[in-house]
Amino acid sequence: MSDKSSSRSSGFDRRAFMAGAGIALVPLTARAAVQDPTQAAAQDPALPVEVTLRVNGQDKRLRIDARTTVLDALREHMGLTGSKKGCDHGQCGACTVLIGDRRVVSCLTLALAAEGQEITTIEGLATGDRLHPMQQAFIDNDAFQCGYCTPGQIMSAVACVKEGHAGSDEDIREYMSGNICRCAAYPNIVAAVKQAAPDIMKG
Amino acid sequence: MRSFLYQRATDPGMAVQALSAAAAANNPLTQAAAQPLAGGTTLIDLMKLDVMRPAAIVDINPLARGWSGIETGGEKLRLGALAKMSDVAAHADIQRHYPVIANSLRLAASAQLRNMATLGGNVMQRTRCSYFRDTSYDNCNKRIPGSGCAAMDGVNRMHAVLGTSDQCIATYPGDFAQALIALDATVEITGKSGTRSMPFAQLHKAPGNTPDIETTLQPGELISAFSIPRRWPRSVYLKARDRQSYEFALSSAAIALDVQDGMIRDARVALGGVATVPWRAREAESLLKGQKFDDGLARRAADAAFADAKGRQHNSFKISLGKRLVARALQQASTMEV
Repeated sequence: MSDKSSSRSSGFDRRAFMAGAGIALVPLTARAAVQDPTQAAAQDPALPVEVTLRVNGQDKRLRIDARTTVLDALREHMGLTGSKKGCDHGQCGACTVLIGDRRVVSCLTLALAAEGQEITTIEGLATGDRLHPMQQAFIDNDAFQCGYCTPGQIMSAVACVKEGHAGSDEDIREYMSGNICRCAAYPNIVAAVKQAAPDIMKG
Repeated sequence: MRSFLYQRATDPGMAVQALSAAAAANNPLTQAAAQPLAGGTTLIDLMKLDVMRPAAIVDINPLARGWSGIETGGEKLRLGALAKMSDVAAHADIQRHYPVIANSLRLAASAQLRNMATLGGNVMQRTRCSYFRDTSYDNCNKRIPGSGCAAMDGVNRMHAVLGTSDQCIATYPGDFAQALIALDATVEITGKSGTRSMPFAQLHKAPGNTPDIETTLQPGELISAFSIPRRWPRSVYLKARDRQSYEFALSSAAIALDVQDGMIRDARVALGGVATVPWRAREAESLLKGQKFDDGLARRAADAAFADAKGRQHNSFKISLGKRLVARALQQASTMEV
């Protein structure tokens, strides 16, 4: 929905320039609580920051640009490409992950702001080779065509059920409206959510 | 996105200090060098679009421990500014005693965004005017003061018909603010010299000659809470939009009625999707007060609410749509079982 992806290229250019100019990159804890804002303002925000993200039960220490979203941290820095980048503006839901037990769009969540919280992605749903009931339900009901929105749909659907918003077709449609499917597999998505809901509620 | 310094505030004093220190003199709040980060659903979006360019971000989410309470004891309601939209919408007491609030939140955005967005951030949400959001347009008085307004003679189907000026016709996009203004909410603001309170109706500023100045908040000030003085069980929020769900309002109405023995003792009417700021339709309220409800009265009140509306080339339909929506919302409120 947007082609404005200048952020990564401008960040890359700046780092390339600085490396070329022989400027040492010093690890920096800009994420530290505000002690003296005037001091803090003197730091260079273009330098990388260190952040520890807890994803699918594992801690991962990253050195990233402060602008990095959770979505880009997952995809570009952790090799977890299941969460998809659709619009990158919080409009399509393809990047939906759980933070704690809440579904959020990871493209509008700064990685730094997610530090210390439990992040669950589509890669974290299955138990070994056994698919999560919602993953199985999407397969059983043919709830996708191209599949690009599917990881976001499934993460959103798991939360939708746990929130208690899967009691009727109408409820499912309303509370799944943040996940756009351009193939329009909506009727099958509703069927999948209905199929998986009792299993998920049983735990 | 331009680079910024990320700071995390662990108490309100730190947040206020960091936001004030980086605030350049005479800069409108929305262009201040330091911006608070709560849910981030507006801020990060507009930073990606290069519309907002803060040099520093102050993450105030750690303040949620003290600023996210939902206090419903007694008549009065107090909502912490960092309460999530989804939590307030799902709260049983809010649904029962303040349905207009619960529904304004439930009908906004998507489940994901409501999980992220806070009440304070929601009322500070920026307009969705496409000429404001797209920096390839040179003429936007809100983004670049004095540059003109591309929306005036552009595609202005989504734009405002009330509270406009010859500088700006951008619509205030939110839903919750209409419920707040209808119910005479108070906003609590935390700044350098402690907290102050004012009527919510004084928070937003109509564009006038300075569409870049959107609120009366000063740099370094944060919204910390909202209060509603009394319960309004007979209240509704209706929203007309291009899609059935997950879309901004073409027109919306927040209605609250106090009816005793068939007589309307008090009435509140606020409009969304049609005005530059959260809009209270006091002319409509005056017509309703002291009357017995019937459909003719609802239509007259709706006409009064839009008496000063000015349509442009593509948005005149909002006037007739808005009137019908107000009349329907009044009918719904008057027939509610409470």
